[in-house]
Amino acid sequence: MNPEKIESPTIDQVGVEERVAKLKSRSIKKDSKVHALKMAMSMIDLTTLSGDDTPGKVRQLCYKALHVHDAYPGLPTVAAVCVYPSMVKVAARHLEGSGIQVASVATSFPSGQSNLSLKLEETRYAVEEGASEIDMVISRGRFLAGDVQYVFDEIATVKEACGKAHLKVILETGELSTLDNVRRASDLAMHAGADFIKTSTGKIAPAATLPVTLVMLEAIRDYYYETGVKIGMKPAGGIRDSKTALQYLVTLRETLGNDWLSPDLFRFGASSLANDLLMQLEKQRTGRYQSADYFSLD
Amino acid sequence: MAEKKIKSTEIESSNGQVHASGRVLVDKTYKLYIGGAFPRTESGRYTPITLNDNSVVNICEGSRKDFREAVVVARKAQSGWSKRTAYNRGQILYRIAEMLEARHAQFVDLLEQIGSENPAGEVDASIDRIVHYAGWSDKYQQVFSTVNPVSGPYFNFSVPEPTGVVAIICPQHNPLLALITNLLAGVVSGNACILIIPPINGAVAITLAEVLHTSDLPGGVVNIITGSEAELVPHVSGHMDVNAVVYASDHQDILRLIQSESSANVKRVIARQYEDWSDAELEGPYLISDTVEIKTTWHPIGQ
Repeated sequence: MNPEKIESPTIDQVGVEERVAKLKSRSIKKDSKVHALKMAMSMIDLTTLSGDDTPGKVRQLCYKALHVHDAYPGLPTVAAVCVYPSMVKVAARHLEGSGIQVASVATSFPSGQSNLSLKLEETRYAVEEGASEIDMVISRGRFLAGDVQYVFDEIATVKEACGKAHLKVILETGELSTLDNVRRASDLAMHAGADFIKTSTGKIAPAATLPVTLVMLEAIRDYYYETGVKIGMKPAGGIRDSKTALQYLVTLRETLGNDWLSPDLFRFGASSLANDLLMQLEKQRTGRYQSADYFSLD
Repeated sequence: MAEKKIKSTEIESSNGQVHASGRVLVDKTYKLYIGGAFPRTESGRYTPITLNDNSVVNICEGSRKDFREAVVVARKAQSGWSKRTAYNRGQILYRIAEMLEARHAQFVDLLEQIGSENPAGEVDASIDRIVHYAGWSDKYQQVFSTVNPVSGPYFNFSVPEPTGVVAIICPQHNPLLALITNLLAGVVSGNACILIIPPINGAVAITLAEVLHTSDLPGGVVNIITGSEAELVPHVSGHMDVNAVVYASDHQDILRLIQSESSANVKRVIARQYEDWSDAELEGPYLISDTVEIKTTWHPIGQ
């Protein structure tokens, strides 16, 4: 396929921001709020991606994924745990049989500045270690230089290397500078075989924002109309509180409808969000504003 | 729309005050003080207070959500404030006295407007009390710390640490002095405080916020919410992230409510009920000790 032929509409930035502002003003209360908070919890990819990750730290994160807050009956578990390839084995061992997925970043995360064969090697390694989801980064440098063919082929080959594993393609929108580029990169990734498109690595600011997410969701909608294939969405980085998470869910529901309100098609890349959701759920249950003192450390 | 020409003599500020020159006086909008900023109440509600000169000021009626925001910023600010050196905290608190002295006349006027009996005396006493507590900042530790005798080769120390986020419910009488006393006794040890002020005292408290704001006090260390005590108290005492409540107002039923609600996270509840806040009992280190926790440390001798 010739990626030059993929048509992307231009984005009306003012219009996007206006729509987002409108969606942000939506207020969700009581039972609907509890439902939404639980849904957001079930969509979290609990993430630890730092140089000082140790097997112990990853084990602890897996424990948290399995026991988010045992004191709250009927709480859903998170969707996945997201780690570096070297930690996949540890995570996979601890999450075996739980239904929680193991996601691994790959392809020289976070910069993506390496050659293709190394990236493929890393992808295969992560899958062999037990990752069921791969979060790859695109080569932003190549994309910005106009070499869309390279970016397209890279995504397609990594998808091949993933085998059965799901592929999430990180656009790193903070480095793409315009919403037009975000839309173009989204279309490129979906046509090249992405199962999910993801906003950011979480390593640079700005990470996920609502306008960027809306543009990507609209790209997913148009791709669905064109091909009938449902692509997932994952905003990542900077989503720390329940209020923001609910704004994302509203935007999702209003753009793609109820089908996408599922961890199969929407994820939050976050770690501190889980505790804030818990604190809000406990607030709804007990009527008391909660304190971080009574919840696990992240 | 037809333009209407207004003669300067016809112009009145909302308080009906016109300067001799015919210039319209600019009224102050009293808002809340949260996180080093002056936001309006989230609820949009106001209580009009009629002053002695028959002018009216609108005081924000703070809501549970204003209080919630205040707790979040107070929690964030508290650790930084308590990590400052005791000496530095003393310097900053002393600066509040400097700032207040410069605004002496303004506060005397404000207190007169809400019918205080001895406005000048209250402002004087308040300034002196600030200086008093500022001085304790690096001294109260010596009073309350101990070296404890233990059977074994260990040193055993007990030292005071700030309790954390302290909510203070202020009384209606002695608007300035009661506020200053409770506030200073709380922040001097490194606590972050949230003051609940009866609307009648709102103008005094929010003008004091301007003083605090220009005293190098980090944003969030002191937060001021004006509003109904009866409405806010259940949320204050039920909040899991508030570590202590100082009840300085004088409704016994509300105090009991605070005591029972505070059991949820075992908050400290401190009742201070004084008819006259210039009482000498309110000086000294003991008010400070109400909102500190004693930490005991064992340390092997010779290591």
